[in-house]
Amino acid sequence: MLESKIPSGPLAEKWTSHKDHINLVNPANKRLIDIIVVGTGLAGSSASASLAEMGYNVKAFCFQDSPRRAHSIAAQGGINAAKNYQNDGDSVYRLFYDTVKGGDYRSREANVHRLAEVSTSIIDQCVAQGVPFAREYGGLLDNRSFGGVQVSRTFYAKGQTGQQLLLGAYSALSRQISKGKVEMFTRHEMMDVVVVDGKCRGIIARNLITGELERHTAHAVVLASGGYGNVFYLSTNAMGSNVSAAWKAHKKGAYMANPCFTQIHPTCIPVSGEHQSKLTLMSESLRNDGRIWVPAKKEDAEAIRKGTKRATDIAEEDRDYYLERRYPAFGNLVPRDVASRAAKERCDEGFGVNETGEAVFLDYASAFLRYGKTEANIRGLSNPSQGEIIDLGKQVVKAKYGNLFDMYKQIAADDPYETPMKIYPAVHYTMGGLWVDYNLMTSVPGLYATGESNFSDHGANRLGASALMQGLADGYFVLPYTIGDYLSDDIRTGTLSSDSPEFEAAEKGVQDRIDQLVNNNGTKPVDDFHRRLGRIMWSECGMSRNEAGLKQAISDIRALREEFFRDVRVPGTAGEFNPELDKAGRVADFLELGELMCKDALERRESCGGHFREEFRTPEGEALRDDENFAFVSAWEYTGDPSDATLHKEDLKFENIELKQRSYK
Amino acid sequence: MDLTLKVWRQNGPQDAGRMETYPVSDVSPDMSFLEMMDMMNDQIIRSGGDPVAFDHDCREGICGMCSMFINGEAHGPNRGTTTCQLHMRSFKDGDTITIEPWRASAFPVVKDLAVDRSSFDRVIQSGGYISVNTSGETLDANAIPVPKGQADDAFSAATCIGCGACVATCKNASAMLFVSAKVSQFALLPQGQPERATRVQRMVEQMDKEGFGNCTNTGACAVECPKGIDLSNIARMNRDYLSASALEE
Repeated sequence: MLESKIPSGPLAEKWTSHKDHINLVNPANKRLIDIIVVGTGLAGSSASASLAEMGYNVKAFCFQDSPRRAHSIAAQGGINAAKNYQNDGDSVYRLFYDTVKGGDYRSREANVHRLAEVSTSIIDQCVAQGVPFAREYGGLLDNRSFGGVQVSRTFYAKGQTGQQLLLGAYSALSRQISKGKVEMFTRHEMMDVVVVDGKCRGIIARNLITGELERHTAHAVVLASGGYGNVFYLSTNAMGSNVSAAWKAHKKGAYMANPCFTQIHPTCIPVSGEHQSKLTLMSESLRNDGRIWVPAKKEDAEAIRKGTKRATDIAEEDRDYYLERRYPAFGNLVPRDVASRAAKERCDEGFGVNETGEAVFLDYASAFLRYGKTEANIRGLSNPSQGEIIDLGKQVVKAKYGNLFDMYKQIAADDPYETPMKIYPAVHYTMGGLWVDYNLMTSVPGLYATGESNFSDHGANRLGASALMQGLADGYFVLPYTIGDYLSDDIRTGTLSSDSPEFEAAEKGVQDRIDQLVNNNGTKPVDDFHRRLGRIMWSECGMSRNEAGLKQAISDIRALREEFFRDVRVPGTAGEFNPELDKAGRVADFLELGELMCKDALERRESCGGHFREEFRTPEGEALRDDENFAFVSAWEYTGDPSDATLHKEDLKFENIELKQRSYK
Repeated sequence: MDLTLKVWRQNGPQDAGRMETYPVSDVSPDMSFLEMMDMMNDQIIRSGGDPVAFDHDCREGICGMCSMFINGEAHGPNRGTTTCQLHMRSFKDGDTITIEPWRASAFPVVKDLAVDRSSFDRVIQSGGYISVNTSGETLDANAIPVPKGQADDAFSAATCIGCGACVATCKNASAMLFVSAKVSQFALLPQGQPERATRVQRMVEQMDKEGFGNCTNTGACAVECPKGIDLSNIARMNRDYLSASALEE
């Protein structure tokens, strides 16, 4: 049974009233309770720091060499908060409404409202910690706009907002490490969770330097292990980002919710060749000022692909600003799923603008002019030339987006100040994840999931600048309170022992898997399989999906998994620093997850958000939801084979927002 | 392109280590340096050898994990670039490329090109934070205006990715650029003032304890820094350290 534990009462009062009535653990008892946090991104660092401040004993784990390197560091554009500093009519309700609508009505109202409520505290907290957000000349905080909204509520630090927020959370974590309240385990990977008498009581971790397996006990375990976008091999995730912690939890009884809800981000640097190991995002903030287009005439697109014409050769009237054309109300700032599909549609029709035909232009020419004119006025220049205006405009754009333009130049070897950038959608984020109740507890008592690793707040599509908001909301302001409700029953438990049959069995399972991998004597490296899995996922479970393709993908993945265990070659031994072995374990889990994702996509016979089933679309080609039959969360229970997973449904009730077709026209 | 790679191999901190040579062929100029390394490792694995261990993660120049000394320069020949963002178009067909780990006694080698930079974490733990609890019950974010110039300078200092190129480059393996960037970020903001003096003292003390060398202001660190952290941060830290010490007496 899925018990979402959503508090009763009016929506706007649920969180306050829940906090008022939740069971507390007194300070003396907190000192007797141990909590494990896996992952040190925004959700994990902030949770570890907050729990330690409250008095719990925390053990934090990350696979990187420092907690500061978790992939939240790479988030670029910003973080949303309903501060209404711009006086443009923003409010907690609007942030809530935009997020539910943006998620195509597949998220939980109560969770999203709570997120919007605590969003304002995040900004206050971060500023107090010394996070250097962008400011205006008057010294107050600056904002910008992101997709899917009509207000400016995004706080930012150039194109490095994630870095600055993570370094803030890392500093709070470092403070608790120095006090001895957090014990930090870097270069450690969580290999399994341990469940004793129906409660999560610890983990098996592997020291990645020595290869030793370690048993760690705790009264509760918090997963903050991020998303699973790397199942596609090519994504904007870091190379080490993986599903293993969440997948191991799934195998121990935690339900996996909406795994097919993945976000394809519209503005990434296109794939350049077979050798490619990862894709780089160009922040959504660029859609504030950039205009997206392809040639209106096919012959122009062909000429550009052949290199006989350049973007700047195409006259204004021969350009198709297709987002502005199709979605006049939101224009270039439509949500990510909509923008990505529109780019794919144009490229599929033959209007793509690079050698592979899979790229569209992101053009800053009109922004240079617009900003240049304002700047010329500010500087009191009379009659500036067009060239002077453009130069001034470039300076303004450089101040706002300089690092992103530099990054593009390094990767694409092309100067975006002179010619438009070429971009194409790429896998970026996963809305699906471990099923959690309102308290962020999974279906395993005592096992929690936060940040991208859970499914709770973004429905079928996440709005830009909301991932940072959710990670910090969960870690600073939600989990530290809700976990007390569970732990208040645990104050008499006392010290836990890892000398138990459950720990023994879990460790043996981990050891067996490692032995199997290093002794396999196959012929192909791990990456070979990962790449092939990625190709299957991208073509059949990517931007658009259909029944035949998904069925084929399931059988292809099963065959690939069988081949992996027969023919993978993992060099070296288990008892040493062995990055190939770490990777092999992660890819083995992706090979199972991929199958479940396809199964979930197959069963969800509707289109919503990032999940676009070709069989279900409106006459205009937009996603066609089926609220009557699919307004639920799919929560999958592991039963021994990904395709045999049992489906549990949590019905989504919309009491405050009317369900309607999402329109950005 | 066909290249010859001379790569440092070292099986743990106690091993003496040695250079080994690996030819690689059919390298595309569009590959990143790490993708070229992937290709080399792919060949090594398929032929039954032991692949070269190296640290990397985000591959977009922000996590600070990649760390290679390429042809005698931290992160290779280009300025303002991490190894993961260095592309093979910066090299020529037939080149021989020498690849070594960061070398500093405060960064012991884990294996091959991967080093242990936990000394950086310990320096931050000694005082690289503002001591506020994470309750969210603080002032409204706009209660204290911060002059834009100062906020921008604090941001620039805060963009340090903690990769350690400054230490690897410095002839004394000094960590002054890294430490001063964090000291400066907080010294420039009103929120950082209450602990300004103790912070700089603790962080410098920890830096010395970790075995980093002394600074002689030659500035190689700032030249090789992939994020362009400015040398003026070191001057600010020295000034703060001096005035903190004077206050103490």
